[in-house]
Amino acid sequence: MRGLAKAFPGVQALQDVGLEVFPGEVHALMGENGAGKSTLMSIIAGLQPPDAGELQLDGRPVTIPNPHAALRLGIGMIHQELLPFRALSVEENLFMGQQPTRGFPGWIDRRALRRRARQLLDRLGATFPPTARMGSLSVAQMQTVEIAKALAHRVRLLIMDEPTSAISEREVEALFRIIGELRAEGVAIIYISHRMDEVFRIADRITVLRDGRHIETRPAAAFDEPGLVRLMVGRELDAAAPRAPTVAGEPMIEVDGLSLPGRFADLAFAVNRGEVLGLAGLMGAGRTEVLNALYGLVPATRGRIRIEGREVRIRQPADALRHGIALVTEDRKVSGLVPQLSVEQNLTLASLRRCCRGPWILRAGESRLAEDAVATFGIRASNRNQRVNQLSGGNQQKVVVAKALLTRPKVLLLDEPTRGIDVGAKAELYTLIDRLAREGMAIVLVSSELPELMRLSDRLLVLCEGRITAELDPRRTTQEAILHHAMPAAAAA
Amino acid sequence: MNPPKTSRRPIPRDRSWLARYGLLLALVAIAVPLAIVKPAFLTVQNLVIVARQISINGILAVGVTFVLLTGGVDLSLGSVLALAGVAAATFAHPDSGPLILPVAVGILTGTLCGAVNGFVVTRGNVAPFIVTLGMMTAARGLALLWSGGRPVSNLRPEFTFLGSGSLAGIPLPVWALLLVAAAAWVFLVRFRPGRYVYAVGGNEAAARASGINVQGVKRLAYTVCGALAGLAGVVLAARITTGQPNAGIGYELDAIAAVVIGGTSLSGGVGSIGGTLQGALLMGVINNGLDLLNVSSYYQNIVKGIIIVGAVWLDSRHKK
Repeated sequence: MRGLAKAFPGVQALQDVGLEVFPGEVHALMGENGAGKSTLMSIIAGLQPPDAGELQLDGRPVTIPNPHAALRLGIGMIHQELLPFRALSVEENLFMGQQPTRGFPGWIDRRALRRRARQLLDRLGATFPPTARMGSLSVAQMQTVEIAKALAHRVRLLIMDEPTSAISEREVEALFRIIGELRAEGVAIIYISHRMDEVFRIADRITVLRDGRHIETRPAAAFDEPGLVRLMVGRELDAAAPRAPTVAGEPMIEVDGLSLPGRFADLAFAVNRGEVLGLAGLMGAGRTEVLNALYGLVPATRGRIRIEGREVRIRQPADALRHGIALVTEDRKVSGLVPQLSVEQNLTLASLRRCCRGPWILRAGESRLAEDAVATFGIRASNRNQRVNQLSGGNQQKVVVAKALLTRPKVLLLDEPTRGIDVGAKAELYTLIDRLAREGMAIVLVSSELPELMRLSDRLLVLCEGRITAELDPRRTTQEAILHHAMPAAAAA
Repeated sequence: MNPPKTSRRPIPRDRSWLARYGLLLALVAIAVPLAIVKPAFLTVQNLVIVARQISINGILAVGVTFVLLTGGVDLSLGSVLALAGVAAATFAHPDSGPLILPVAVGILTGTLCGAVNGFVVTRGNVAPFIVTLGMMTAARGLALLWSGGRPVSNLRPEFTFLGSGSLAGIPLPVWALLLVAAAAWVFLVRFRPGRYVYAVGGNEAAARASGINVQGVKRLAYTVCGALAGLAGVVLAARITTGQPNAGIGYELDAIAAVVIGGTSLSGGVGSIGGTLQGALLMGVINNGLDLLNVSSYYQNIVKGIIIVGAVWLDSRHKK
């Protein structure tokens, strides 16, 4: 049993990636958001097929059409987001789809079920009974159940996608002990994590992916942390120089002691008129949550917000809009657009008061507002009354941005404004952000694409686990430095 | 300065001809052969009967259109209608004050029930199906309790005239439906809160992120729906000259059927008052036609069931 699994797929997200994992090995997979880690793992776990390439198990080529087939081959995956049947018990979750039966077909042998569940849980040192309701468990306990489920299928390759992102320090120790035992039993483990300290502690070998390409595979001992980060970031900075610094105006929005338990704590920062403040950080660092709090979608529980020196209370989006704060949400499909409404109706949705007399919508006023927006933002639609979901992604995104700007904000919050749009639309948005800043708007930008963030921002705040770990000048810093401050381990050091 | 491609004139939504006029087409397809086989169908007298028959269901359907547009549902309409009818009737005995009193009491009763539905749905975060199922049971009980289980009769003639009288040859209940539908149409199409109803039903998260008071919009929808159920209760009590605690059983489903046949999506965000009226009209014409053809009411129910499913099936096939 050499070469337990091999993958040479060539999808767009992945290009000619090779990976070799041996029995009894913990193999860490490292890379930035979007480097292709998840795609590669979902191919191995049978969630999506590769466009090209070959998978080998024990030296023999295999195809893995679905997760069920993966399990039969002995490949299991613990997802970052667990999806248990919360209303069912632990034992029912463990044997979902392969319950032991007796006599009559479909008649579940409850005693065998419980006995085998208890064996599995004991082996992992679980402290909860097999009869516990899944929904009553902590995230770490659910993870244990997931691992037990994989063991029930006698997996030989276990993929763990950021298993420690939502569990406590002590639970991490327990998890590592389990991983150690599995390794000793000859199970191969692919471990995905952003945490340097963890990776160096438990990984035997490390593979770095970047932009969908295989960069490097070496024994963990052959890496050091700065070198690993450099390999992960890798690419040269975009040719485009950062934008010319804008003349610093007076503070437009000031935030002090902003806290939301479990999300972010004690944040203090200010954004000046005409300034673009970039928020950097890894997934789950609290960037989106900060924007949502400033906009009142999920208000902060403590802290003060001042607009142009005046303290304001923001408990819902309507408050934020009244005080001149607008938000372009992270996902336009989820919270940006109303797909059934027209382009025009989506554009004016947040600023309908501008074209109303009392409750009465002035048709001509609304059309004028929408027409101006279509022209100003270069929204390409066959007509304003076209349903908005018939537009291309880039044009849909322009509608979302235009909708926010039609409220005439002083502070504009942008959450991943260029996600999923093409290069041309991206460039147009960059130009727009530059122009808005020059016109005196204060802008807070969240983007997972570091080059973009560095190009657009006047100033960078790095968030890690809900706290500000660094304030950097994007013109004088490097992606490595930003990532260094964004990594939990480094931040603690 | 206008961009050349867009015009200031409101352009019809990009729905195909069939989607826009399919219902009217179906109506004609049923009415023409019916008029040939049964000439009685096309008499003014019969058409007035049809209009009168659909007025109650029409008013209820307009109300529940609001709720369905937000993505909710209201099962309590029939019971609320009965409760409002009983309430109105108890204030409609001869010499019991001004005529407006029973009318106002009936509508207010319905409004209150709707407001309670809306409050529990938004504050308690309970599924609308359950909330309004509870209201359906409770309002029925309340109607029986209030009336002692007996019809409330001996109503003053001015009140019953509201159900039987006519103005300009058109029955008063039909006037009520037309006024209600016109007001609802204007509200949904031309009023800001009306636009918000569509936004909330289309994408609640996006509506919230646009600064819309989502819960307030939902409460409004349930309250309007209750108020119109109250009005329908008053009209029905006037027409049958009694406040019947057992009236309106199953009416909520007829109303929802009319709305859905009229093209309103059960998942919210899509639909119109015009569609709802056409849906109610189609159901009324089919009922009347089967009556004229002496088809037993047992068969009528079967036909109605097939039409409800068939209409929505065709609609969803078309949307693909």
